[in-house]
Amino acid sequence: MGDLVMSFGKQHDLHQRRFGRNLGLGLVLLGFVAVMFGLTVAKVGGGAPTQGFDHVLRPEMLPETSQ
Amino acid sequence: MTDATSTLPGTRTGEAGFGDYVALLKPRVMTLVVFTAFAGLMVAPVSLHPMVAFASILFIALGGGASGALNMWWDADIDAVMRRTRSRPVPSGAVRGDEALALGLALSGIAVVMLGLAANWAAAGLLAFTIFFYAVIYTMWLKRWTPQNIVIGGAAGAFPPMIGWVAATGSVSLESVLMFALIFMWTPPHFWALALFMKSDYADAGVPMLTVTHGRPATRRHIVVYTALLAPLAIGTAFSAIGGPVYLAVAVIMNLRFLQGAVAIARRDDAAAEADNYKVEKAFFRFSLYYLFAHFGALMVDAGLDRFGWGIW
Repeated sequence: MGDLVMSFGKQHDLHQRRFGRNLGLGLVLLGFVAVMFGLTVAKVGGGAPTQGFDHVLRPEMLPETSQ
Repeated sequence: MTDATSTLPGTRTGEAGFGDYVALLKPRVMTLVVFTAFAGLMVAPVSLHPMVAFASILFIALGGGASGALNMWWDADIDAVMRRTRSRPVPSGAVRGDEALALGLALSGIAVVMLGLAANWAAAGLLAFTIFFYAVIYTMWLKRWTPQNIVIGGAAGAFPPMIGWVAATGSVSLESVLMFALIFMWTPPHFWALALFMKSDYADAGVPMLTVTHGRPATRRHIVVYTALLAPLAIGTAFSAIGGPVYLAVAVIMNLRFLQGAVAIARRDDAAAEADNYKVEKAFFRFSLYYLFAHFGALMVDAGLDRFGWGIW
């Protein structure tokens, strides 16, 4: 079995660079998720309209008018 | 801000690292974008939720970085010739040109849409126009065509504080125009000083900088004229709604020193500059960076004083 196990020598610079790139991209994506989450909390917590982007205006979204 | 190295064009081999993609976004230019956009947002008379403010600055910076990547894609040929830029990711061979284009376009789209969602669509529209102005009007058109490239193209760098202001208020106003004008008028003397001590870089690359088309003595005179035009604008901003005593003091001191430096540049010729390795020109260029940071920093200090009720006017 020992012969079948491939032995990788010293890590090539290329592998390190690729790992660094993947790690960097991963962290950027995590950061993006965190920003989106934070923005959502800020917008919803701030009382911003959360139904305004629907296709149909709901009656409760319309300004009150006196009849 | 100069980064002349000995890396020759096309000498990088292997895969690009994460840092190469970050370098495409011109991080040092982004610091200026972040700072001035932050100032525009902070001096606006509307307070934003900190998270919304943070996200707005982030996406304005990302838009600035995206336009930097588009600039590097288009300018790879002249970047390879100039000592200052030949180690950039595309001319050095670390990143392919089409990768830079793809990254620039993708980040532009993300930055504009996200700024629209985070702040408002007026700010997002202004950011989209800024990216277009820098990548198309300046990079593709003005830069290789006219010695006024830096004068008109400077508008691209002047938009961030206005975008920050619009992100907070939702509209453009006189104060945001004043902040725009400050950077717009500051840009030509800043870049012409750089062109003076970059010697033959622009000529070698065929870029019609003022030093190439009108000569170096004319460029020295232009620096004085633009610095003299900048001073009243910078000092006058102190008496607008965003100004204050701190800004006035900073503007008077900084503009006097800036003018002094410009006159010193105009009084020299290239022989004198060569003799001391462009000491005066380099000092003026360095000071121009402090100049801008000091002005926008002072605006924020005055805005802070106002908020605590310590504003004088």
